[in-house]
Amino acid sequence: MVVVWKDLLVERRSKETLNALFFFALLLLFIFQFALGPDRERLAGTLPGLLWLGFILSGLLGLGRTFMVERENDCWEGLLLAPGDKSAIYVGKLAGNLLLMFVIEAILLVLFGFFFNLDLGGALPALAVVIALGTVAFAAVGTLFAAMTAQVRARELLFPVLLLPVVAPVLLATVKATEAVLLGESLGSVAHWLKLLAAADVVYVAVGVLTFDFVLEA
Amino acid sequence: MASEPLIRVTGLRKTFGNHRVLDGLDLDVRAGEAVAVLGANGAGKTTLLKVLATLVRPTRGTAIVAGHDCAKDPELVRREIGLVAHSSHVYEDLTAAENLTFWATLAGLRPSPADRAGALATVELERAAGARVRTFSAGMKRRLSLARFVLARPRVLLLDEPFTGLDQRGKKWLEEHLASFKTGGGAIVMTTHSFGRELAVADRIAILAGGAIALDTPRGALSAEDVHRLYALHAEDAS
Amino acid sequence: MKDRVRRLFGVTTLVGLAAGLVMGFVVAPREATQGNVQRIMYLHVPSVWVAYLAFGVVLAASIVYLVRRLEAADRLAHASAEVGVIFTGLTIATGSIWGKPTWGTWWTWDARLTSVSILFVMYLGYLLLRGMIDDRERGARFAAVLGIVAAFNIPLVHFSVYWWRTLHQPPSLMKPGPGTMPGIIVTALLVNFAAFTLLYCYFVTRRARLLRLEAEAEA
Repeated sequence: MVVVWKDLLVERRSKETLNALFFFALLLLFIFQFALGPDRERLAGTLPGLLWLGFILSGLLGLGRTFMVERENDCWEGLLLAPGDKSAIYVGKLAGNLLLMFVIEAILLVLFGFFFNLDLGGALPALAVVIALGTVAFAAVGTLFAAMTAQVRARELLFPVLLLPVVAPVLLATVKATEAVLLGESLGSVAHWLKLLAAADVVYVAVGVLTFDFVLEA
Repeated sequence: MASEPLIRVTGLRKTFGNHRVLDGLDLDVRAGEAVAVLGANGAGKTTLLKVLATLVRPTRGTAIVAGHDCAKDPELVRREIGLVAHSSHVYEDLTAAENLTFWATLAGLRPSPADRAGALATVELERAAGARVRTFSAGMKRRLSLARFVLARPRVLLLDEPFTGLDQRGKKWLEEHLASFKTGGGAIVMTTHSFGRELAVADRIAILAGGAIALDTPRGALSAEDVHRLYALHAEDAS
Repeated sequence: MKDRVRRLFGVTTLVGLAAGLVMGFVVAPREATQGNVQRIMYLHVPSVWVAYLAFGVVLAASIVYLVRRLEAADRLAHASAEVGVIFTGLTIATGSIWGKPTWGTWWTWDARLTSVSILFVMYLGYLLLRGMIDDRERGARFAAVLGIVAAFNIPLVHFSVYWWRTLHQPPSLMKPGPGTMPGIIVTALLVNFAAFTLLYCYFVTRRARLLRLEAEAEA
């Protein structure tokens, strides 16, 4: 999709987003450590929550910038004027955001493993499934809301305020599922959470695709 | 075909909150015709252009471009128009060629490298094809903006103060480009607030004041002073 | 004529409310273990119902607005969201008041309170969004999209929170099979349901009318 190609090119040339998010992720880890103290036991207990906290906070920053490129280059109108189905633009931006989120999540996983001395090996495939399901829902709504708030004043405030409540159930589900997976349980034991996540994915992507036209219009 | 205007605006009204910007505006533009819309800052020139570009919905009245209603069928209108506005619609971090590829693909075209090179050559940017737009001057950016429409071939060009910020060479180039666009059967609506030779390409002059067209006259043999006088008469009269 | 209908409607609502309150606080029997505080359920449960009703209306009105661009649908969505937020707040407040003597704390992270709070924040965000956009048409459009997303989120919130925690009374009214509550309590609850629904309709129609008058004054 040409939108993804364009965003990747711009990112590769300017290197703004990924670098900043990488350092942000690093800093988050330090903050978690300082806030929760060196007690290994306590950290291990809260690990799934911390992990997702890291994903969500980084995601808020990253997703909020979805249309920054268009705003900075004054191309917003251009996107709107391009004839054809606007949903294609949504899907393109969503794909780009998913890519970004997956990279950040991978980095955070590695950093977590390093700093908290975790052995994720066996749980990794199951963990990947959970993370993928949760991220799709998060990114789907995030991309839609990013488009909405891009044209509003106080966008940096409104974006998280709107996004977080909508993402709350997804967060609940992913943390519970991650907990189980990290304890070595099978994916089957958390099937109900996974089904919820899958439902959220379908619903949010569908709503995004169907309503993006209305959001983009001037 | 020549009888039906390509652009027909009737009774156009646009209100932003409490502020009525356009009020009862009528304008017709035929194929092969260029209309220059003159007006003071804030008179509503850009708003008119945006309505024609389907970026803004009219509060009342209609705007029909190429047979389609701007408010009811904006997507159909967008296929037929090209907008060159203050925002240049180019990505700074991409090269000229990449920008063209992006915009053309988004519009559903599939330009071959030869098409792209041809478009860039038409706007005299072929040597800068591989350079990042960040390094371009204002004039070059505007030419790149126009290059998109060499590929897309819209029937209507909407330009917001296109000659501003161009040097002499740039202005001359733009004049020629617009003239050839007209010859190709396209219609042009151009806003401007200067009275110089920029108006040479216009077939008609419309003065926008008080929210409507105060005067719509063929440019014919009017000199710059004539235009200035008429403008002062109508525009400053209404404010 | 319209004024008389409106006044009649208002009076009916008032009567309904009075009846509901009487039934809840006087007629219904005092609950054995929880005492008189339990009576607040007659306010709390109907409030939740009305909140869900309100947000359902927001969903429907939002879809209608996006498809047909009817200003009336937008005003309905706006009014319904406002009233919905009020009733959601009422639900949380009454839930809290009920909780303090019953469970010993003002706040518990139990299923219903948590989900209702998430709803509260979501629709507050809806109103916030509307407030922040100056362009009427854009504000209506964005709010409609948000209304749709929020509505689809409700079942997700409901299930996720319910699985996450269950301290709250299981929803006895929705259970199939023989009712677990004596008839008089059910009756009192139903009267209050009706009264609150009337109250909702009353508020929404007045608010929507006010919005319409505002819009007409601006034009």
